[in-house]
Amino acid sequence: MTDVAVIGFAQARSERHSPATTNGVEMLVPIFGEVFAATGLTKDDIGFWCSGSSDYLAGRAFSFVSAVDAIGAFPPVMESHVEMDGAWALYEAWLKIKTGEAEIALAYGFGKSSAGHLRRVLALQLDPYLVAPLWPDSVSIAALQARLGIEAGLWSESDMAEVAARSRVSAITNPSALVAGQTSVGHLLDQPYVADPLRAHDCAPVTDGAAVVILAAGERAWELCPRPAWITGFEHRIDSASLGARDLTTAPSAAAAGAAAGAGRAQVAELHAPFTHQELILRRALGLGADVRVSPSGGALCGNPMFAAGLARIGSAATEIITGRAGVALGHATSGPALQQNLVCVLAAEIGERQ
Amino acid sequence: MSQPQPASAPLHAPLEISFDYTRSLGPTLSEFVTALAGRRILGAKASDGRVHAPPFEYDPVTGAPPAELVEVGPDGVVVSWTWTDRPMAGQPLGRPFGWALIRLDGADSALLHAVDAGSAEHMRTGMRVRPRWAAERSGSGITDIACFEPERPGETAADPTEPAQPAQPTEPVTMITTPVRLSYDHTVSPGESSYLLALAQGRLIGQRCPACGKVYLPPRGACPVDGVPTQDEVELPDTGIVTTFCIVNVPFQGQRVPTPYVAASVLIDGADIAFQHLILGCPPEDVRMGMRVRAAWRPREEWATGAHNIDHFEPTGEPDAPYDSFARHL
Repeated sequence: MTDVAVIGFAQARSERHSPATTNGVEMLVPIFGEVFAATGLTKDDIGFWCSGSSDYLAGRAFSFVSAVDAIGAFPPVMESHVEMDGAWALYEAWLKIKTGEAEIALAYGFGKSSAGHLRRVLALQLDPYLVAPLWPDSVSIAALQARLGIEAGLWSESDMAEVAARSRVSAITNPSALVAGQTSVGHLLDQPYVADPLRAHDCAPVTDGAAVVILAAGERAWELCPRPAWITGFEHRIDSASLGARDLTTAPSAAAAGAAAGAGRAQVAELHAPFTHQELILRRALGLGADVRVSPSGGALCGNPMFAAGLARIGSAATEIITGRAGVALGHATSGPALQQNLVCVLAAEIGERQ
Repeated sequence: MSQPQPASAPLHAPLEISFDYTRSLGPTLSEFVTALAGRRILGAKASDGRVHAPPFEYDPVTGAPPAELVEVGPDGVVVSWTWTDRPMAGQPLGRPFGWALIRLDGADSALLHAVDAGSAEHMRTGMRVRPRWAAERSGSGITDIACFEPERPGETAADPTEPAQPAQPTEPVTMITTPVRLSYDHTVSPGESSYLLALAQGRLIGQRCPACGKVYLPPRGACPVDGVPTQDEVELPDTGIVTTFCIVNVPFQGQRVPTPYVAASVLIDGADIAFQHLILGCPPEDVRMGMRVRAAWRPREEWATGAHNIDHFEPTGEPDAPYDSFARHL
């Protein structure tokens, strides 16, 4: 089957309050321009477009249709949408190339999280019968998960603060990050709880932003990129929607997706962990050893544009390959409450032979 | 040629959206919610012997519907918790409270609900809690449990200090209503902002695509043909033509014009996309494709940054535009 590689990536600067509309056009147009300039492609070269976004986040129906204005979709283009993070849009785009329906495909995700009250909007991804009517917010649900692991002795509040501190230092060199800087675990632990046992540093910031990734098949990838990031494994899995029936201290769906995608080979992993303890869960689930560099971009804790942050993790992982910093990189995306759904994309410099 | 960006940030305004979802429950959840109405909590026994409360609709192992629902609790034990200092709209309590995963007595899984404990100091894993039933049923099922509350020292499920209200036999509950209310700060694009600010002055402002030259009214932010920002502003007249139309005969809630009336696509002179508006000022049967129309503005004192500044369009009496002049806009 056709080999597929990431050959381009761009992301909007993470913002706490973007003046853009919720249909994403103002955030997308510049990054489409950026990725086209970097690859030498134009919109006419794209055989398939796929987006990830959410109408509940946008507060309007069919916001993704308005977003299509950013493509320049006339004459009509082959286009699709997932009401999920753009990482799942990338999965659909990958399948389109794998099945021979496109040679070059573009996936994008966008979210203006600041338009509504994010932690409340996210209650709508819960079981609509027995859970969502209580309006449990996303931070509280993550806090229930964090406490389970702390009390089981799997991690501590200090371990969580270390994740935050390391992420913020890593983000210093990431111009797209919203949060970055030197800090200390002690200073972080002196801060008050926002949802016991979570402090502000344990939670990804509410972030507006967008991301775009371009995929190309076989020889086209070689033409467009001197060192394509070949996709060697791309898998996603899901756990039960019933929070109280899951062991929330683990992420079996992440473990299964990672095992199927070949996560064990990764030298660097960009993890989509919107909460510090979730990075610790994911490292275990994906079997990442101490020698694996984790989220050199600073990860979602330093900028978490909803419906784009997972795609940006894959784009950042691919950049590790394209720039020659790594031979095998892993991009991860999550969706749903408490790491319910997980997607793993393993990328490598070596796979495609020049034909 | 390029116009400067508006100096100020785009216009924005509060936007409230709400919808009452009505959900049919299916056999398992119907039995569960009906029991809640009678102040009993049911769990589902799985093929592996575990009891899930709340019940699953399909067995996690076999995929089969539960063979039987069994009564659990109603008291239970907190297996994890957090604390909410500032409750949000729709949550079970209006004062600070705890969220908890609660394993009800006799169950193996946990139920998510609120605990009215007064302060975080009174929350701990392993604490025993009991349901506080809602004084009045809400119609959304799970909220028939108003919240949980700490059991008092020495209290057990079998020995409540307050007598539980006897379970009342109820009609089967087959539907619930789950209201969704969300608040947003809705921002328009820079182009829409210019358009709305101009409307408040009685002017029509469109934007031209720098690539294909098409003029969009209202502005769209990016040309849907070329995908490039449309920043060149173009002032347009308030006259145009009817490209196509329909005669509305059906009354509906919120209708502001008596039927029959005409809703039309109006193409403003110099614009390349039509927008919908009302055609008044002539009998509906006189409206024609190609008919010349002019905006009928509301009184100036009613103008605001909104499309309603133009009340409707009405015929100018000029000769109709030939079909070929607007065919490509249909």
